[in-house]
Amino acid sequence: MAYSFPEEVLEHVFSFLHSDRDRNAVSLVCKSWYEIDRWSRRRVFIGNCYAISPRAVIRRFPEVRSIKIKGKPHFADFNLVPDGWGGYVFPWITAMASSYPWLEEIHLKRMVVTNACLELIAKSFKNFRVLVLSTCEGFSTDGLASIAANCRNLRELDLRDSEVDDLSGHWLSHFPDSYTSLVSLNISCLGSEVSFSALERLVSRCPNLRSLSLNQAVPIDRIACLLRQAPQLIELGTGAYNAELRPDVFSSLSGAFSCLKELRSLSGFWDAVPAYIPAVYSVCSGITSLNLSYTTMQNPDLTKLVSQCPNLQQLWVLDYIEDCGLEAVAASCKDLRELRVFPSDPYEEDEFDIALTERGLVSVSEGCTNLQSVLYFCHQMSNAALISIAQNRPNLTRFRLCIIEPRSPDYLTLQPLDAGFGAIVEHCKGLRRLSLSGLLTDRVFEYIGTHAKKLEMLSVAFAGESDLGLHLVLSGCESLRKLEIRDCPFGDKALLANAEKLETMRSLWMSSCSVSFGACKLLCRRMPRLNVEVIDETSEVAESRPESFTVQKLYIYRSVAGPRLDMPDYVLSMEEESPDLIG
Amino acid sequence: MEGSLKGAVDMLAGDELSLGLPGGDGAKLDFVRTGGKRGFSETEVNLKLDLNGKESPSVEKVKPADPAKPPPAKAQVVGWPPVRSYRKNVIANNNKNSSDQDQAGEKGGLSGATSSLTFVKVSMDGAPYLRKIELKMYKTYKELSDALGKMFGSFTTGNYEAHQGMIDFMNENKLKDLLNRSDYVSTYEDKDGDWMLVGDVPWEMFIASCKRLRIMKGSEAIGLAPRAMEKCKGRG
Repeated sequence: MAYSFPEEVLEHVFSFLHSDRDRNAVSLVCKSWYEIDRWSRRRVFIGNCYAISPRAVIRRFPEVRSIKIKGKPHFADFNLVPDGWGGYVFPWITAMASSYPWLEEIHLKRMVVTNACLELIAKSFKNFRVLVLSTCEGFSTDGLASIAANCRNLRELDLRDSEVDDLSGHWLSHFPDSYTSLVSLNISCLGSEVSFSALERLVSRCPNLRSLSLNQAVPIDRIACLLRQAPQLIELGTGAYNAELRPDVFSSLSGAFSCLKELRSLSGFWDAVPAYIPAVYSVCSGITSLNLSYTTMQNPDLTKLVSQCPNLQQLWVLDYIEDCGLEAVAASCKDLRELRVFPSDPYEEDEFDIALTERGLVSVSEGCTNLQSVLYFCHQMSNAALISIAQNRPNLTRFRLCIIEPRSPDYLTLQPLDAGFGAIVEHCKGLRRLSLSGLLTDRVFEYIGTHAKKLEMLSVAFAGESDLGLHLVLSGCESLRKLEIRDCPFGDKALLANAEKLETMRSLWMSSCSVSFGACKLLCRRMPRLNVEVIDETSEVAESRPESFTVQKLYIYRSVAGPRLDMPDYVLSMEEESPDLIG
Repeated sequence: MEGSLKGAVDMLAGDELSLGLPGGDGAKLDFVRTGGKRGFSETEVNLKLDLNGKESPSVEKVKPADPAKPPPAKAQVVGWPPVRSYRKNVIANNNKNSSDQDQAGEKGGLSGATSSLTFVKVSMDGAPYLRKIELKMYKTYKELSDALGKMFGSFTTGNYEAHQGMIDFMNENKLKDLLNRSDYVSTYEDKDGDWMLVGDVPWEMFIASCKRLRIMKGSEAIGLAPRAMEKCKGRG
């Protein structure tokens, strides 16, 4: 009856559980374990900032040291979510400022962060160590200055892909001379030039600096002296890699790179001039991650560089790599696990002129047996190629294919690509993330619903023929957490028939589909723990909407916090539209 | 010949790289669309008036009406393809920078390693995609011609079995003297946006001002007025 182990022992045992799922499972065993878990939980992940209130999190987990919060839906990355939609982190920061004085880490993704937030962070958390702002917006370099000036114990400042109001580079100089604890700095998204001498002094006095991602404004002839101060670097993002070739600069750079014995990751290379690329050859054998997606370097230089990295695990590159380059990757980079190929000309300003086709991906799927994660933009695809890829690589966990022209069929047979994607979900039993493109009928959703049992996130665009497609996914994909759909003929029937399913998921996004206003209201009435939000940017007043009106954009997510209070006027909560809500 | 001409004319009118059989039946592979750029017929008009060189009147861009094939609209769907904004900015800036550097690099005495590359796109009527070449790699028009012949020769080797129609008018014999035969005319777009015949100006001047190359069928490029083209289409 009594507990076999004292609480301290249980707590120690729980400390070996790192995944949230395991900790959540533990907390359900009994009240005592629930209590032990809640007092000892140090890391919290909030996948949707509107799913729960800050107060509720703090109440349950009073001793958190690290928090990760996500805001806007994923399609916000592609401008489908209008400005002012939400995702404000300020309420979280204010709540935590008073309740988590020992907070060390804040990781935010797709959230609106203001200077006031940054100032509050800088003032409230004495042991603050890690700030990661991924695809965030709303702050300026003044806010960064507060962080630099006040966070004595800061280890990591990572602004990846955020949109910063870049007033000047002066903020960097706010790190006091006594500050020496920097481990990771990523300022690659900033436009302004930071004071180079301040940067150099910072780098030289921080012996634990392991990751440094510079911005484009740092010129190539300055990198060498930075690198000399930090031979212990593991990750480096260069600045602009472009200048007239000067032998002294080249040999200095080359020498500096050869001192980086522990370098594993390279990125940057804006405007890379091929003549300077050989300066990095000395580190290539140790490189496991290479991000060349900002450089317009072409073949043969591009392929030559990548082929020199036999231990490469992660490659991000533009389609300048071409099929021939990917064949070389398949031959040289046998440990490749993740490949992302981005389009150099996404809007096809000219006729597509890149010799990158489905063949490149097939080659990599043949040659790289550890390949698990793919993001591939191309112009043509065939069922045969997809079937090959599926058969070659049943160990794929993430497969995102974007055929640039919507509704493109198999270019060889002119058939839909149902069979190809069907093969992917059938063979890749561990697939967790899938993005579809090309011409697709409801059949592909039948395959997905039947086979994709581990699928957690699905992105669909310009696909399907009827509600059946959506129904097959919602009723078949047991592990589905996030579903995002645009421009598909999916409507009310599938949504209402699978209402309960929606509460088992984090969120559903549908835009330019065929869902009616009336169905949204009905859904909201039926499912009290779903927030059903309609985004309507036209100027008509909401009350005048007939039930049959087709909504433009729809975002549905489960929440225990009720409808949010910070919606802009173009977001309608169906809660308000359905007064006869039964609790 | 009549059939292939019609097919080619259809191609021109719609400015699509049609991979279907010449003869223009409905089996055009529409998905091989080329987005929105100005139609060929506009450039064709420019070409005829610009045979002399620099002093080019700015020509009104005229598209002959083609009932069968409306010009493709530059329809950009919001948020498609799904590329993040910062990535698009990077690519746009890179393209802008390379063209800026093109201007800067016009002075003579460029060595390959010093300045950034000036790739120009080369399109050939009937080819499924363009190629890019680095003009500075060649010293003479002959070298360029040989390289282009090699580059577009692959379309005859059966790589594109599905697109038999194209192979008809591109066999090895025809490609041997690609730029010299009257069947094909090489044209290029210069920095002012005008289309010129390749070979008119000294080589150095050519590589300094060439922005892109287009190899077009001679019969389409020279002597055909827009009206005459329309008549052809009408008959087909």
